[in-house]
Amino acid sequence: MTRTSPAAEFDSESIERLDQIIASHLHREGPLLPILHDIQAEWGMVPDDAQPIIAKALNLTRAEVYGVVSFYHDFRDHPTGTHVLRLCRAESCISMGADDLADQVCRALGIGWHETTPDGRLTLEPVFCLGLCACGPSAEFDGKLVGRANLAKVTRFVQEARA
Amino acid sequence: MKIYVPIDAAARALGSDEVADALRVELQKQGVEAQIVRNGTRGMIWLEPLVEVDLDGTRHGFGPFEPEDAPALVQAIMARDMAAHPRAIGVVEDHDWMKGQQRLTFARVGVIDPVSVADYEAHGGLAGLRAAIAAGPEKIIEEVMESGLRGRGGAGFPTAIKWKTVAGAEGAQKYIICNADEGDSGSFADRMLMEGDPLCLIEGMAIAGIAVGATQGYVYIRSEYPDAICAMNDAIADARRQGVLGQSMLGSQYAYDMEVRVGAGAYVCGEETSLLNSLEGKRGVVRAKPPIPALVGFLGRPTVVNNVLSLGAVPWIMEHGGAAYGALGIGRSKGTIPIQIAGNVKYGGLYEAAFGMKLGDIVNGIGGGTLSGRPVKAVQVGGPLGAYVPVSNFDVPFGYEELGAKDALLGHAGITVFDDTADCVKLARFAMEFCAVESCGKCTPCRIGSTRAVETIDRIAQGDSEAIETLKDLCNTMKWGSLCALGGFAPFPVMSLLTHFEDEFTGPGAARREAAE
Ligand SMILES: Cc1cc2nc3c(=O)[nH]c(=O)nc-3n(C[C@H](O)[C@H](O)[C@H](O)COP(=O)(O)O)c2cc1C
Ligand code: SF4
Ligand code: FES
Repeated sequence: MTRTSPAAEFDSESIERLDQIIASHLHREGPLLPILHDIQAEWGMVPDDAQPIIAKALNLTRAEVYGVVSFYHDFRDHPTGTHVLRLCRAESCISMGADDLADQVCRALGIGWHETTPDGRLTLEPVFCLGLCACGPSAEFDGKLVGRANLAKVTRFVQEARA
Repeated sequence: MKIYVPIDAAARALGSDEVADALRVELQKQGVEAQIVRNGTRGMIWLEPLVEVDLDGTRHGFGPFEPEDAPALVQAIMARDMAAHPRAIGVVEDHDWMKGQQRLTFARVGVIDPVSVADYEAHGGLAGLRAAIAAGPEKIIEEVMESGLRGRGGAGFPTAIKWKTVAGAEGAQKYIICNADEGDSGSFADRMLMEGDPLCLIEGMAIAGIAVGATQGYVYIRSEYPDAICAMNDAIADARRQGVLGQSMLGSQYAYDMEVRVGAGAYVCGEETSLLNSLEGKRGVVRAKPPIPALVGFLGRPTVVNNVLSLGAVPWIMEHGGAAYGALGIGRSKGTIPIQIAGNVKYGGLYEAAFGMKLGDIVNGIGGGTLSGRPVKAVQVGGPLGAYVPVSNFDVPFGYEELGAKDALLGHAGITVFDDTADCVKLARFAMEFCAVESCGKCTPCRIGSTRAVETIDRIAQGDSEAIETLKDLCNTMKWGSLCALGGFAPFPVMSLLTHFEDEFTGPGAARREAAE
């Protein structure tokens, strides 16, 4: 239930910004991942239209760039909702009830993993360990870490962001 | 007057930013002059946010601290009566959890301002690098050899032998690459060191650079660790400004510089050759070995790939000598190991001690048993590829070979505690599902086998106990037919659960589950 991309149309301004990003990393050894990270920070995704431009600049085929983008869980070819909630699903958090928490959150939000609420405000993503394994279950809301997470804590963040 | 409020991600996840804000407001309100320092965590995560007040050179702790506790703390400071505060835990260094440890690598974590070279040096930092500059490459490798240091990333390969290979390799450009991908659930030591004492890692990498003749390094940090990325970047910047890194480290003839690189959410990129591909901007597919990275590594050049904790142990070794480090530990597991106690545990956190503690003493003694108060059922040691160890094996000493003898894995020394409500069939399913999601796709047993295993476990969960043999076969195929330890070791947690908790897969356990559905 993801929205269609508003950023799919790559105008000349976007291309200029993209060129800047690429140029800022070209001197690096292995510049592709840093470039993709910056692009995702800028557009919230790696737009399809950016890929041939990156390929050309790095002397790669388009298929190679696509292959890299699709390999890594972090890179998206579609935008997320305005806010992103990530719940840890790994073992230490499981031992503290992460499975139940996930069920409760899914029910409360009416969505499943990788889905966005119909109003486009919130996407739910799984994450496998945030390094908070001694204070799980763990969650992350728009980059803000939450230890000892429970439904009340998570929904408070969600509501504050929606208000 | 200094007040310490941890900036470690776990402390922040428990509200330390809000605590720092509240203290700032309250100090101003009550007109008390004090500097708030954002330190790393001491590792007592159950006490976080743990605020510390430095009174005449002694640090008094207060935790777990809530913003509402701020007014009383400022009053206690004015009255110079630390014990008066309801959250007081006494002098932090005297706490049992701290006193029982031998903090070599983590000596400064939670103590200093993490990104300040000045504070680092004031607490003994850079002594190892100075010793290394004086000693020169060969002597460094000798010291590390004598220390018996083995890779802390999981495989336990002797660090000095790896360095010797790279030192002896031909190549105009060599690299030191630090593996900070720390994807294992139950592990957070790399994160804690990078956030709490990033200069220790920088120093270790610089020493490795001198040892093998590498002038450039990269720290590959997983993207799930934005705070560690930030701390490393800040520390590198200060190290450059202070002449620790650069063309002439500390004024010596040795050049070394380094850069942070960020992963992109692929667990397999913790495997060293996958990591190299990722750094080069490729898909994180595992490379066949040989050639080994030491000879043909990053961009085809000789490369050291070491875990954060392996490199982080090196400054201490250079300062105090390999023999002093090697005198600690048991058998072939030398020195100290930062044990991470996680999951359903009362006192969770990081505990650095010499190898050799009994697993049960760690879990029940140091960790205090489960947080839920229910009996411990099992612990998973060494992350998602590590075995589940039942209570009946809790007398195993914490060491590479010792755990290996029980078909278990030290891995990255993370321990996840489960109470008796843990569902072994679900945990087995999770192990295989994780492998299926994270497989790099290069070999069939891992890519397809893991998916088949998930389906097979689903059949078992529905009461089909004949599927157990199929699962065992699949595990065997994966174990022997996989190129790397993702596919090769994913069977270990599954087989350990099958072995120690068989009746949950057959018999009454399975029947109960069936009845419940
Ligand atoms: C699937 C997989 C994941 C791994 N993840 C990590 C990791 O996150 N960090 C790490 O240091 N080593 C990891 N390793 C081990 C590395 O391949 C390698 O052995 C290690 O980085 C070498 O450094 P060391 O000798 O200092 O341990 C992983 C291995 C495999 C097979
Ligand atoms: S075992 Fe799995 S992760 Fe490892 S190389 Fe084979 S397919 Fe890739
Ligand atoms: S397992 Fe959830 S934070 Fe580590």
